Amino acid sequence: MSTDTKQNPIAQNTITIDGQEIPFLAGQTIMDAALAAGVYIPHLCHRQGLTPHGSCKLCVVDTGSGSASACTMPAVAGQRISNNTPALNEVRKTITQMLFIEGNHICPSCEKCGDCTLQAMAYHLGMLDGHFPQFFQRREVDASHPTIMLDRDRCILCELCVRASREVDGKNVFAIAGRGINAHLVVNSVSGKLVDSDLETSDMAAHICPVGAILIKEHGYEVPIGQRTFDLHQVSEIGLEKTIPTKVRQPDE
Amino acid sequence: MSKIRIATTSLAGCFGCHMSFLDMDERLVVLLEHVEFNRSPFTDIKHCGPCDIGLIEGGVSNVENVHVLREFRDNCKILIAVGACAINGGVPAMRNHFNLRECLEEAYVNGVGVENPQIPNDVELPLLLDKVHPIHDVVRVDYYLPGCPPSADAFLKILGDLLAGKEPSLPHNLLHYD
Repeated sequence: MSTDTKQNPIAQNTITIDGQEIPFLAGQTIMDAALAAGVYIPHLCHRQGLTPHGSCKLCVVDTGSGSASACTMPAVAGQRISNNTPALNEVRKTITQMLFIEGNHICPSCEKCGDCTLQAMAYHLGMLDGHFPQFFQRREVDASHPTIMLDRDRCILCELCVRASREVDGKNVFAIAGRGINAHLVVNSVSGKLVDSDLETSDMAAHICPVGAILIKEHGYEVPIGQRTFDLHQVSEIGLEKTIPTKVRQPDE
Repeated sequence: MSKIRIATTSLAGCFGCHMSFLDMDERLVVLLEHVEFNRSPFTDIKHCGPCDIGLIEGGVSNVENVHVLREFRDNCKILIAVGACAINGGVPAMRNHFNLRECLEEAYVNGVGVENPQIPNDVELPLLLDKVHPIHDVVRVDYYLPGCPPSADAFLKILGDLLAGKEPSLPHNLLHYD
């Protein structure tokens, strides 16, 4: 029997995640293979179709030979991956807590509440408090654009907007400047303000923000609290993220 | 069997968590077969005696909040941070991005519609702290009950678990930050 398995090319190109055998195509990452198979690996900075970034570290899995970000690590035949384990989820919760205390995430006053992937991730991981001392950093709000708002208080530096603008919109509106605790989102315009950039509401970059850092003005409460994406769905439902940008993008915008 | 004794207070909060607690409605009658209230806005008892459970709403924004919080910690076997403000400072902590003088001047001197502008300084007023703190910055906290406010069901779940001698846990549908 074991000889038959080795001769079968489909069986060779598989990995296992938490004991479940999952096929992959050459060039796919662990994340690609998992998403295609409907297996959820927690992630904030990954979006299918954009270059993997590997920065949020929530998708770190145990590959059997060490830890690696599932969104950047190529799948290799025979990998035995641990993903949904108490130990990994505890570390993921700690990472999420650090994201919360580093920014200014005041959920009750945020119009992204209920649609926020960071918040949904915290629910998924059972986060009850921030654990660490709050930074209470003062960050710049840019309300200069007539239809798009940039509130850096909520930015988690995932670079989804940076990549969407560069790779999909072809505009290069956003970048991260500074290092460590001084890292912050900057706008590619002479004034550094959104109003002087090329960003438009039809851009993917205007809609891809997983938190409430980039918001479309005048649409904040169209969907009431209680009926929003993560009021109705779990963050772990596969394919949900694909619906979010298209859901809020209107043809007339 | 003697009843479980509970104390509650609102520090730098809006009493919304207390209002949500009362949303238990008729279930309060059943709860009161098992618990009694010590210091609380529900009883108007002014100081906390020895209690089993202390529920703290609101963050720490002035010196009186510090005294009250320490009184609760000294007297309650189990202290629970209730709601966003107690857990992370919440909306009141949004003043932390500004210094205290800026906040007071905006409210009492330069604010729109302010008449006879002056910063209040009556000796009876508790002095404001430089920053608003979550309560775990000041005392040890045993459990956290998130929400703005936590629902009556969430209060019932955490109290029910404790009354049953279990480690409290919130199911996904009761875990909310708003």
